[in-house]
Amino acid sequence: MVPVNYYVILSAILFTIGALGVLSRRNPLIIFMSIELMLNAANLAFVAFASVYKTFSGQIFVFFVIAVAAAEVAVGLALIVEIFKTKKNINIDEMNSLKG
Amino acid sequence: MSSELIVFLVLSLVAIATALGMLFSQNAVYSALFLVLNFVTVAIFYLLLGAPFIAMAQITVYAGAIMVLFLFVIMLLGAESLAPANTLPWQKPLARLLSVILAVEAIYLLFTKASSNLEVTTPDASLNTMDSLREMAMSLFNNFLLPFEVTSILLLVAMMGAIVLTRQEREAK
Repeated sequence: MVPVNYYVILSAILFTIGALGVLSRRNPLIIFMSIELMLNAANLAFVAFASVYKTFSGQIFVFFVIAVAAAEVAVGLALIVEIFKTKKNINIDEMNSLKG
Repeated sequence: MSSELIVFLVLSLVAIATALGMLFSQNAVYSALFLVLNFVTVAIFYLLLGAPFIAMAQITVYAGAIMVLFLFVIMLLGAESLAPANTLPWQKPLARLLSVILAVEAIYLLFTKASSNLEVTTPDASLNTMDSLREMAMSLFNNFLLPFEVTSILLLVAMMGAIVLTRQEREAK
């Protein structure tokens, strides 16, 4: 028997670490990984509540979140590769113009 | 302390440690590997919560497909560690302060406004197999059929987007 509050606290901590990653790192790949971490933290809270309330809706929502995360990563990494091809550098501070 | 609570505490320590390892590794490959371990830990949490299908999807899609894509791009670009650039000096302390505020706020609100006395019990192994999977599939294909189809279009668009973005422009003849 684990109180559901513990799961939500863990989720909040993981989400905060992800937010800190987005705010403080300069490598866009690590920023992407931090976003994945935040999505995962939200998923954990979803599944915890789905398990407590004995419903499948939460789990199905997590399924959709995983699919959307996969799509987001595919497009995001393609964009990073393309930016690297034009700028030869992927430092996030250099990405300050829309025109390549 | 029940054995479930002990398992939870050990796993949450591993999850937080690997998340911090991801954050503070200087080499992006190490970050990706720490994140794989974090995803596997979260998958074990899903098993504890009685969601075996989500746990397996987590391992195959996140720890498998997505992280392999990440590692591939990191090694393709040679972006293991970026050259030090002139960064804003106040940015990192400010980011740490803001995230501590975020965590304190979330946990304070959780205990004052959204505190719940409910407890998670891990289902028995006998309940944790095909029956729950069948029920979940029924729910997915009856109540959530439209979102499911929209997701398939989303994946198709993402695939096309990735191909169009990385396509080599042919030389105009």
